[in-house]
Amino acid sequence: MTKLPVLILGARSDIGLAVAHAFAAEGYPVQLAARNADGLSAAKNDLELRYGQTVTLHKFDALALEDHAKFIDSLPQLPGIAVCAVGFMGEQSTSEADPIVATEVLRSNFEGPASILAHLANRFEHRGSGVLVGISSVAGERGRATNYIYGSAKAGFTAFLSGLRNRLAGAGVHVVTVLPGFVATRMTEGMDLPAKLTAQPQEVASAIVRATRKRRNIIYVRPIWQLVMAVIRNIPEPVFKKLNL
Amino acid sequence: MTQLAGWGNFPVKETTLLAPRSEHQLHDLLASNPSVIARGNGRAYGDSAIGAPTTVHMRHFNKMLAFDANTGLLEAESGVLLGDIIAAFLPRGWFPLVVPGTKFVTLGGAIAADVHGKNHHRDGSFRNCVVWIDMLGADGVVRRCSPEQNLEMFDWTAGGMGLTGIILRAAIRLRRVPSAWIRQQTLPAVDLGDAMQTLERSVDASYSVAWIDCLARGAQLGRSVVMLGEHATPEELPPQQAAQPLTARRVSGRPLPRPFPSFLLNRYSVRAFNAAYYWAGQRRAGFQIADCDSYFFPLDALLGWNRIYGRKGFMQFQCVLPPDQASNGLRALLEETSSAGQGSFLAVLKRLGPGAGPFSFPMEGYTLALDFPVSRRSLALMERLDRITLAHGGRFYLAKDSRMSADVLRQSDSRVEAFKEMRQAGGLSGRFRSAQSQRLSL
Repeated sequence: MTKLPVLILGARSDIGLAVAHAFAAEGYPVQLAARNADGLSAAKNDLELRYGQTVTLHKFDALALEDHAKFIDSLPQLPGIAVCAVGFMGEQSTSEADPIVATEVLRSNFEGPASILAHLANRFEHRGSGVLVGISSVAGERGRATNYIYGSAKAGFTAFLSGLRNRLAGAGVHVVTVLPGFVATRMTEGMDLPAKLTAQPQEVASAIVRATRKRRNIIYVRPIWQLVMAVIRNIPEPVFKKLNL
Repeated sequence: MTQLAGWGNFPVKETTLLAPRSEHQLHDLLASNPSVIARGNGRAYGDSAIGAPTTVHMRHFNKMLAFDANTGLLEAESGVLLGDIIAAFLPRGWFPLVVPGTKFVTLGGAIAADVHGKNHHRDGSFRNCVVWIDMLGADGVVRRCSPEQNLEMFDWTAGGMGLTGIILRAAIRLRRVPSAWIRQQTLPAVDLGDAMQTLERSVDASYSVAWIDCLARGAQLGRSVVMLGEHATPEELPPQQAAQPLTARRVSGRPLPRPFPSFLLNRYSVRAFNAAYYWAGQRRAGFQIADCDSYFFPLDALLGWNRIYGRKGFMQFQCVLPPDQASNGLRALLEETSSAGQGSFLAVLKRLGPGAGPFSFPMEGYTLALDFPVSRRSLALMERLDRITLAHGGRFYLAKDSRMSADVLRQSDSRVEAFKEMRQAGGLSGRFRSAQSQRLSL
């Protein structure tokens, strides 16, 4: 039986590409979607050579909301699984200084991903099957001075995924929320991250493949993050506001 | 600055570690950093892939580029792992011509160290499967090097430890294999002479290697388990595997002798392990079917086995001795090791075939690899092993080295000066520099 393809939104990201490898290795055809889809031709070639799966490239702009329905229509086949790895962290200081920039961060991490997943959710619901995977962030668990613009968008996205899962639970469509902690990607390059808390993109990818297979709801890639976030969530606000996190 | 070490976790050196994402970024990096060395997956044991001062991690150059299913010719970027190549092509009936003891090495690293495998006596070293290499030179120009064009650069680069430039891409020829399984023959050898005779008698075997109990002494000195291997044909496989001969699933109910789980490995258990491995090998004498991973890469199953020696790390000693001196030399090396009581968890003896290339390690004779925890005693022992090797006309494997002196290297290998002169003449000496090349004055 041939498997339905996996759609990767934000396929040029390190996590998106790693997810593509992980699913192709499991025998899934892959649809790679990114703003600059042409830049993915080497990745397509590589994936096809390695796994012998069909890989297609699709131009997708998360912020062009009006094109999202058309984008899904243009896919050669409605995917069985869709993974949204779209995201943009920006510089917190720039976002603070310029609310217009902040808005772009909010839109890239919440509005755009929520819109495309909403379209896909409706199609999947109509079909009565499918898995939606949203890569959110532990940054959305509690706003911190150093990262709250990005964090608040991710908080919105996490709540959206939670609601979507609730809505579709009876419709045969499953929703996975991924809360990776630190991941060694282009986004975090040059940051001084603690090794024990930092996952490789391949780890995130295999956790996602496992989560779709086992129909897990919310996953932290490295289990230690569950503990770390439990602590951070439970610090009383009068104390929390004075911390330098 | 980053603290960086090789697979042995020794020595640890300060370096600027950069990981360019494109050829364009790599060019810029080369233009703004006077001295660099390329790093693959960091499986060289010592300081071969630690830049002095800048290390260029090639992990983003990890794409496969083309494959010709008629000829087995694979083109790939240099950061692709041999393990990736096996994962992709073994199910289609192809296998690398040469694999070292781990599949977690990059294509670029395999070329730079000109690695050898259990088939060196028949197929030679990794260079024999390399069709071309795209090299980024000291002048920032990318050149294709092959036996047909830029032959000299091709020759120096295979075995050149990254000191001739940065390997960007390469084409290698894969070999057709009838299955994903190895028909293994296990032959216990009661002492060193027996082991060497067994290896000599086995020159027709595709693959051969011996695990030596390097702590056995007296009459048992050099007792070994010799393991021969052939790619199994579907007819030789049990029905369950024969149905899908290229899908390697472990044969149930016949576990092969495997090393202990990592939490049990420490220097106290090494003696017990060596003895147990020998006895297990004796019990299992005869033929077995093994999957490629168990046969070629037994230690890869213990991810992170390099940590068994603790934080201080460990060192490898690997030399090759010419055939006429091998018996005496190996005896002296093993006597020195066993009487020092400095256990080696991994001791491997292998018959090598004729050497090739102007700076590659392998040459006709016997190669012995030992590992030791980092300590003053081990360092002193290894210096004694250096001298024994020199006295028997042997030379050393740079991919394993982490502590040899420039002087010992020169005494062991008359080719060193030519290598250094080539580097100077080509303007490579200042440009491509590792902690190892500095230590060894290459």
